[in-house]
Amino acid sequence: MSKAEIKRRILGRLIPGLTSLAKKGPSGWMIILGIVIVSALVIMTLFAPWLAPYNPRSLVGPIRAPPSLQFPMGTNHLGQDMLSRILCGGSIMLQVSALSVLVCFLIGVPLGLFSSYVGGIFDRTMSLVIDAVYAFPSLVIAIAVAAMLGTGVVNMALSIAVVYIPSYFRIVRSQVLSIKELTYVEAARAAGAKWHTILFRYVFPNVIPSIVVVASINFADAVLTAAGLTFIGLGVRIDIPDWGWDLTSGRALIASGAWWVIAFPGLMIILLALGFTLIGDGLSELLNPKLQR
Amino acid sequence: MGIRSYIITRILLTIPTLLLLLSMVFIIMRILPGDPVALHFEKKADPETMEAMRRVLGLDKPLWEQYVNYLGGLVDVGYFLEHGYPNLGKSMQTFEEVGGQIFSAFPATLELAIYSMIIASVIGILLGVISSKSYNSFLDHLIRGSAIVTYAVPVFFLGIIFQLIFGVYLGWLPTGQRIDPNISPPATITGLYTIDSLLEGNLVKFFESLKALILPSLTLGIILSGIFVRLTRTNMLETLRLDFIPAAKARGLKESTVTYGYALRNAFLPILTMMGLQFAMLLGGAILTETTFSWPGLGRYIVQRINFRDYTAIQGAVVMFGLFVTLVSLIVDILYAYFDPRIRL
Amino acid sequence: MPIIEIDSLTVDYRASRGTIRAVGDVSFRLEKGETLGLAGESGSGKSTLGLSIMRLVPYPGVIVKGQIKIVGTDILKLPEHEMRSVRGKKVAYIFQDPMTSLNPVKSIGAHFVELIRTHEPNTNKEEALGRAKNILNVLGILPERINDYPHQFSGGMRQRIMIGLAIALNPDLVIADEPTTALDVIVQAKILDLLKSLRDTYGMALILITHDLSIVLERCDKIIVMYAGQLVEQAKSIDIQEKPMHPYTQGLLRSIPNIELADQRLEAIPGNPPDLLNLPKGCRFNPRCPYGMEYCYKETPLIDLGRGHLVRCFLYGG
Repeated sequence: MSKAEIKRRILGRLIPGLTSLAKKGPSGWMIILGIVIVSALVIMTLFAPWLAPYNPRSLVGPIRAPPSLQFPMGTNHLGQDMLSRILCGGSIMLQVSALSVLVCFLIGVPLGLFSSYVGGIFDRTMSLVIDAVYAFPSLVIAIAVAAMLGTGVVNMALSIAVVYIPSYFRIVRSQVLSIKELTYVEAARAAGAKWHTILFRYVFPNVIPSIVVVASINFADAVLTAAGLTFIGLGVRIDIPDWGWDLTSGRALIASGAWWVIAFPGLMIILLALGFTLIGDGLSELLNPKLQR
Repeated sequence: MGIRSYIITRILLTIPTLLLLLSMVFIIMRILPGDPVALHFEKKADPETMEAMRRVLGLDKPLWEQYVNYLGGLVDVGYFLEHGYPNLGKSMQTFEEVGGQIFSAFPATLELAIYSMIIASVIGILLGVISSKSYNSFLDHLIRGSAIVTYAVPVFFLGIIFQLIFGVYLGWLPTGQRIDPNISPPATITGLYTIDSLLEGNLVKFFESLKALILPSLTLGIILSGIFVRLTRTNMLETLRLDFIPAAKARGLKESTVTYGYALRNAFLPILTMMGLQFAMLLGGAILTETTFSWPGLGRYIVQRINFRDYTAIQGAVVMFGLFVTLVSLIVDILYAYFDPRIRL
Repeated sequence: MPIIEIDSLTVDYRASRGTIRAVGDVSFRLEKGETLGLAGESGSGKSTLGLSIMRLVPYPGVIVKGQIKIVGTDILKLPEHEMRSVRGKKVAYIFQDPMTSLNPVKSIGAHFVELIRTHEPNTNKEEALGRAKNILNVLGILPERINDYPHQFSGGMRQRIMIGLAIALNPDLVIADEPTTALDVIVQAKILDLLKSLRDTYGMALILITHDLSIVLERCDKIIVMYAGQLVEQAKSIDIQEKPMHPYTQGLLRSIPNIELADQRLEAIPGNPPDLLNLPKGCRFNPRCPYGMEYCYKETPLIDLGRGHLVRCFLYGG
């Protein structure tokens, strides 16, 4: 397939998809807005090395300079250009949240599917354990795990993942339990289908919509938790530009009134979390009449 | 079953959950990476020092024995009576009793949590009711929009902004202590400065401690309110559709009576449950808020301990959080049964 | 003075898909103590009519024009707070589904006390409770159950409680919207008998809204038949039974199964009720009418046949 052919195919699916979403009312617009925001930020981060006017790590200007033509977002306490740091700063957040969502998904969903399908004591015990984790304040668990694992993208992602696995488990489980006894599943069983066929071909497709909702909210939470961990000092190495880190280090400067050092990174974090939240909320509103939360 | 047997059953159910929780913390803090002592010294100390520390803290014993001691320490009533706090181990940094440090830090967090929860629920419920009554109007969309946005704001960001505006620029409110350092705190009865100063009859101390509480609890409260707004709105919309609402109006009852006495009272239960669940979120946010405002609570304590790599203290604090969350969920469940006659009878 | 006098009432539902005329130009009046049976299928506008009398038509419904005079006062012109004192006190409404019409978190005693004290604020709690217990007695419910909650009662008993709340302040008019539809047949009869005996005791006017013509034939003085928002026939109950004029009424009567006939075929009226967004021109019953003529495509007038018998059909003139 040629490049033009691929582009046409993707757009061919995308445009009708988006327009049908838009027709669904405010929930649809929320999803579209969310997708736009997230895509914009992802693209910005991907192309940041080319877009940034300066090297984000270099000391290019006066310390704590307010926004100007030369430095549209001002400079921080080291003299680094804030705009460049903002453009490059999403990378860590995106990596950490994407990784944690992936891990959560890969562990939580199969566990939930399996446990609820099998039922019995295994399921009851599993649910009890999962509920105990679920009830725990998320940041506290993340702190505990991160304190032991240390800093770095992977470790942060793992710490956050531990917190959110229960969400996937629970939603999958509740979906499966409600579907399990439906007639067509029984019919399949009666026809002699093996358990894994039933699980993956009948049960799983019905569970997908709610998983997507959980994943979006998960993404948003992961971004915020990552920022929180960085704020406490359990984030990543200092030299990489990161919105969370800028927000944290900027805190020392508030007394001097250098608002641009914290405002811009903060706004970016809000935008990213907002984008994912919009997608998740919009989706759950659309799916709500059909599913129960 | 009557409400008494429900309470007893519920309390009994707490025990396995608690056990699970405590074991979970133990697993994370001990089994995960291996050696907390080595981590503490960041592998920079010689083996004798590390071994000495292990002996003092009881970390040289086999894992299962440590587990038993860990659980045993928590239920050690004698220790509790002697010290006034449970046995949560010793700090790696100062070798003080962690329990003592935690118990002196905790009331600050409790006070913050209570006021934040009050602000969050009042704002949340009111806005949610207004939003549901003006369904699909501009006001409704505005309220919903802001609820979503507040959820996306990192709590420490809002805290910093508030400090900037109110603390630095306007200089209205204090940032960083529970009460003006020139005034001595009230005598400790509950540990909550606002309550204690009232009990003491000292209005000056009351207002000063309240002033210090405003910014942090407003920060945490606003962030948390988003969820309450949406939950209240959804539940109200559902409830307002039920038949007993027009039936009440048909009897000539006032609009406000119908909204609050009929709709909200019936929609309230899931909100109450959410309040309980949100306490968990609250504690997470409290950690960040306390760090931002230098509020001397359990959250700031845990962050400091992280900086000192004081793993036994961290463990103790995490356990404390877990205990607190379990207690709150127990209380919420009992309140739930009290409010809904259908569950009791 | 008639208890209620309705003149050219028109109620529209303004939805995004279009406007539905739920009630079109309906007029009637009721004297003190009279019973009116308001019969029609779902979508005929009977419930909307009932709710308009209470000014409780749900959004997006709007009362477009007309007058509703309760004991001489046009309630459509009243400010909301005055209307509130009419509701429950001068006019009471009994909703269809008793299972969901009571506040689950309030005891039934609390329902009564709240009602009484809203309209008669100087009543103290004990007095109100006393009155409530008396009413429970009349309803056939043990007064000791005054502090019980709605979920502790069966459907039939809940409907009695609703009726009790309706008559508690001795209203001039009671509107019962399908009071027995959600109940089984035996309980149905008991409820209807209860309504009748209360009417005999308290002397209020009663509007009984139903889709089951057979219920109202025996128990009402007057009957109004509605179809697609319009009043198609109005007459004394006897006249409807013996001399039904409108083809729709005739169809309804024919479709009532007769327990005495052994091998009876159920006669339904052919066709379906019209789509209210796409009404046929002229007479709305025309598509299903066995006597359809050419001028049935014109706006059908209401013909007065004397003795209070009104028909909206070209068969009788116009």
